[in-house]
Amino acid sequence: MASFFLSQIQGLDRLTSDEVLVAQNVFFALIALVMIFAALRMVTTENIVHAALYLVIVLAGAAGMFILLGAEFVAVTQILVYIGAIIVLFLFGIMLTKGSFGTEEGEFRERNQMAVLVGVLIVAVTSGSFIDSFRDAELSREAPSTTAEIGDTIFGQFIIPFEAISVLLLAALIGSVVIARRDL
Amino acid sequence: MLLNQFLILSAVLFSIGVYGVLTRRNGVMVLMSIELILNSVNINLVAFAAFREAIPGEVFALFVIAVAAAEVGVGLAMVLLLYRNRRNIDLAGIDSMKG
Repeated sequence: MASFFLSQIQGLDRLTSDEVLVAQNVFFALIALVMIFAALRMVTTENIVHAALYLVIVLAGAAGMFILLGAEFVAVTQILVYIGAIIVLFLFGIMLTKGSFGTEEGEFRERNQMAVLVGVLIVAVTSGSFIDSFRDAELSREAPSTTAEIGDTIFGQFIIPFEAISVLLLAALIGSVVIARRDL
Repeated sequence: MLLNQFLILSAVLFSIGVYGVLTRRNGVMVLMSIELILNSVNINLVAFAAFREAIPGEVFALFVIAVAAAEVGVGLAMVLLLYRNRRNIDLAGIDSMKG
């Protein structure tokens, strides 16, 4: 899938100059702007259902970023797990707790200035250090990583963490049932 | 493509998520902002995996996705319990463990 997209993109790539893939950069800028806009709307909108839908846009944009980076399996997993499962879980959570947030607007702006300051500081510090460390670091334009390689790595080098993750998922399953059940 | 453009995008998304965690009082909104933070971390991991042509970065992103799924399950169960006991999910009103 990623290789298909890459070949499509490279077909458009007549404007290539000095090893800069113009089409990829155009797609990056487009997706990044949509993602940042949707993320800002998500954290500021009063309507929580709209916030969930804006989160869908951000997650889909992240999947697009993974495809641009040649990580097709991560992109597909992102769409399946996040947009397919986690967003549905959020919508259920919103549905089951609906009507309980009438007073959000009042003190919502109270901590606003401090939070803006913290966010701007995080962006400034991390971006500064990134620019300082990786000034002209180009991403390699090799073939995208295949799913077979990822499977080999998970079931070879990372078999213990993989088993730990499965135990963690079981614990989370049982734990959420125990927490949410009424008669336990 | 430069590595930096992905890293800076993920830094911006991370800080937007932190802003959401700090300002929102609705429990579900805080969980959604945490998802935003974890996603920006994933973009970072995959960008470094593409930069170094190393698969483990992508594997780690998959692990982060799995842990995020577990976290949302437990977090939403807690929010539901909160709603059942207090009839609202305003996080500012939860101070019974305050010292």
